[in-house]
Amino acid sequence: MGAVVGTLTMQTRQRPSRARDKVDDELEMTMVSHRPEGLEQLEAQTNFTKQELQVLYRGFKNECPSGVVNEETFKHIYAQFFPHGDASTYAHYLFNAFDTRNNGSIKFEDFVMGLSTLLRGTVRDKLEWTFHLYDINRDGFINREEMTEIVRAIYDMMGKYTYPALKGDVPKQHVDTFFEKMDKNKDGVVTLEEFVIACQEDENMMRSMQLFENVM
Amino acid sequence: MAAGVAAWLPFARAAAIGWMPVANLPMPVAPTNKNKRQDELIILNVSGRRFQTWRNTLDRYPDTLLGSSEKEFFFNEETREYFFDRDPDSFRSILNFYRTGKLHYPRYECISAYDEELAFFGIIPEIISDCCYEEYKDRKRENTERLMDDLEDNKDNKPPNMTFRETMWRAFENPHTSTMALVFYYVTGFFIAISVITNVVETVPCGTTPNQRDIPCGERYTEAFFCMDTACVMIFTVEYLMRLFAAPSRYRFMRSVMSIIDVVAILPYYIGLVMTNNEDVSGAFVTLRVFRVFRIFKFSRHSQGLRILGYTLKSCASELGFLLFSLTMAIIIFATVMFYAEKGSSSSKFTSIPASFWYTIVTMTTLGYGDMVPKTIAGKIFGSICSLSGVLVIALPVPVIVSNFSRIYHQNQRADKRRAQKVQKARLARMRISKAGSSTAFLHSKRNGLNQSLELTLPYYKMKLSPQGSLEEDQQLKKTTSLLESQHHHLLHCLEKTTNHEFVDERLYEQGYLQTALQNFPSQSPSLSSEEGVTGTCCSRRTKKNIQALNATHTHSHTHNLQELSALHIHCGEQQPLNTSRSSLNLMSDESGSLNCKSSGLVTTAIISIPTPPSNNSRANPDAPPPPNPDAPPRPNPGSDVVKISAL
Repeated sequence: MGAVVGTLTMQTRQRPSRARDKVDDELEMTMVSHRPEGLEQLEAQTNFTKQELQVLYRGFKNECPSGVVNEETFKHIYAQFFPHGDASTYAHYLFNAFDTRNNGSIKFEDFVMGLSTLLRGTVRDKLEWTFHLYDINRDGFINREEMTEIVRAIYDMMGKYTYPALKGDVPKQHVDTFFEKMDKNKDGVVTLEEFVIACQEDENMMRSMQLFENVM
Repeated sequence: MAAGVAAWLPFARAAAIGWMPVANLPMPVAPTNKNKRQDELIILNVSGRRFQTWRNTLDRYPDTLLGSSEKEFFFNEETREYFFDRDPDSFRSILNFYRTGKLHYPRYECISAYDEELAFFGIIPEIISDCCYEEYKDRKRENTERLMDDLEDNKDNKPPNMTFRETMWRAFENPHTSTMALVFYYVTGFFIAISVITNVVETVPCGTTPNQRDIPCGERYTEAFFCMDTACVMIFTVEYLMRLFAAPSRYRFMRSVMSIIDVVAILPYYIGLVMTNNEDVSGAFVTLRVFRVFRIFKFSRHSQGLRILGYTLKSCASELGFLLFSLTMAIIIFATVMFYAEKGSSSSKFTSIPASFWYTIVTMTTLGYGDMVPKTIAGKIFGSICSLSGVLVIALPVPVIVSNFSRIYHQNQRADKRRAQKVQKARLARMRISKAGSSTAFLHSKRNGLNQSLELTLPYYKMKLSPQGSLEEDQQLKKTTSLLESQHHHLLHCLEKTTNHEFVDERLYEQGYLQTALQNFPSQSPSLSSEEGVTGTCCSRRTKKNIQALNATHTHSHTHNLQELSALHIHCGEQQPLNTSRSSLNLMSDESGSLNCKSSGLVTTAIISIPTPPSNNSRANPDAPPPPNPDAPPRPNPGSDVVKISAL
């Protein structure tokens, strides 16, 4: 009899704790927060100095107090810089480029790694990063459709009121120009090597890429 | 661009590398941070309480005191801090504005103190965020009302140089301003009372005559009452005429309710004077006497409460109308029912439905005179239902009217809230503008040719600004554009270069649309050009390429000396008129020079005839260098209205 009562009370005692766990889980889910690795580790992994990392993190945390950026927030932030048009498509591709782990959110480490490549990496690194940005399906090739998507996204950021007015399929013409320049063996896709070689040959592009050296 | 995301600008600029392979044109030079120093903490000492923040935080808003170099005036060399002798409690919210981009209004704060703090630090109150804005506006309104009340109380001293007429009007409207006015006020009040009492006493039977019939006093002492009436009417007439003379706007005065009451009060007397003692019209004359009772409404000038009551009734008109309507409905229904119910009984008072109306009204308002009662059982049943429902029907709208009375009490505040709503709408519009301001800021800086200095590929191209003090303008503009803004603009400029299209605002976009439309048909036949109501542009300031293209077509057309299509942009506020040798055009340009620039918000087109060679086209833009880039306006365009005149 006592044993029965004992087991019954044990059962009841477990149930509230399980309920409490569920509540805690829910709380945790809503307050997903992530703290990045230490400053020294990040400094070792990237090409930024400590001060630069501090400045970056302060800005990052200001916009995303939870420590991770999801796609919505990312799009919202990026759209603030391009008030004329619709930056959401391009922001989507950018998000995927930064989100190297493909889990739908960008942590501070991902953010800083990406920025390190873009701002402090070698020319080859930058070009590789750009290639991965264009290669939407990560198959190692840029085909016409992917490029058209990217170019269209860029044109979307211009908005409606442009001079000269966007008439006809301007993105398509742009893509054709691009492929003419990049696709050396004319097989309809651009591989990483073709891309890198073609870009390094283009002086204007090289010069433009140096432009962003002093962004930080 | 919100200040909060300013920290992400480096990221956005880095991401611009993704455009580089796609771009065909070279990118502009990036703006450099000339005095690049590590971000440092600065100390703001506000009356002893030390606040610390990053310098960059304050730089987010360069047009405020803390964000600009104005704070250097408060720099204390010994302690290496910025000292402000202001309220530290209010400063908290001001500093939070820099940190978060949102300005909050603390509830415990006095409104005028807060306003002063904001004004000192150069922050406009309109950017108070929505959570606190209503509270702020309410408190502000109360404060201004209080100030205005105080002002009115102190308004005893008469402003000098008032004409006699204005003095009179002021005396009429505010009786306590002068003794004469007060005397006049009381005298008229007295006579209104006398007149009303006279009218009342006239009808009282006083004393019997030998023929044993009570006659009213009016008929007994006819002359006395007539004299009294005459005196009152004379006073009222004089008063009315004096008011009419003194009124600033006589037409408006004549239309006002008070003056109509005045006229109605004195008119019966004069009509009575004019009319003879004809038997036919004496009935009408008697009716007119009824209108004399309107004199009592003249009291409303003397009583504020009466005026409010009148105004309340006027504003409750819809509720009163509803009450009337529902009552009428119920009356008709019940009268019909009662009539048919009582039809059977003999000697019934309910002879017709309108006759039953009286019974229904008396029953529904629970008066119950008893002069008409139902006799049949059905009649009694329906009669009781009638009285029960009468209570309900009357009880329902009455609280609505009562609540309206109390609503009128706060009617002043509601009118002010409506004004605040307008301000709110203006504020929302202003916020929208400021949100769109980033885009317009970029277009603005483009127009001002700032971006031209950043051209990579044209080192020889000097900024050809207009000779009138352009350099100071340029420096001034550079000063107000913070580094952040210039970096943001550089980013947008890169995007333009990538896509080989420019950002323009809506108006110019439409113009550009028309230009390209024109290019498709270089009209040579006069019939075609006369048909086209909207014609293209020729001498546009911006589109040099188009000019050259159109010039080509025009040379074609002109060898045959045909009418050409050309249009001119005449900017309002432009210093130099277009010097063309076309005689007819000169006429038009003179006209248009004096055009009302305010009205030319839209693009208007007109047709002028020009039979001269097209070489004059280029003269319209005398200082337009032909560079390859299309977006190089030689003058800073003040963004003024553009009047397009197309010439035929």
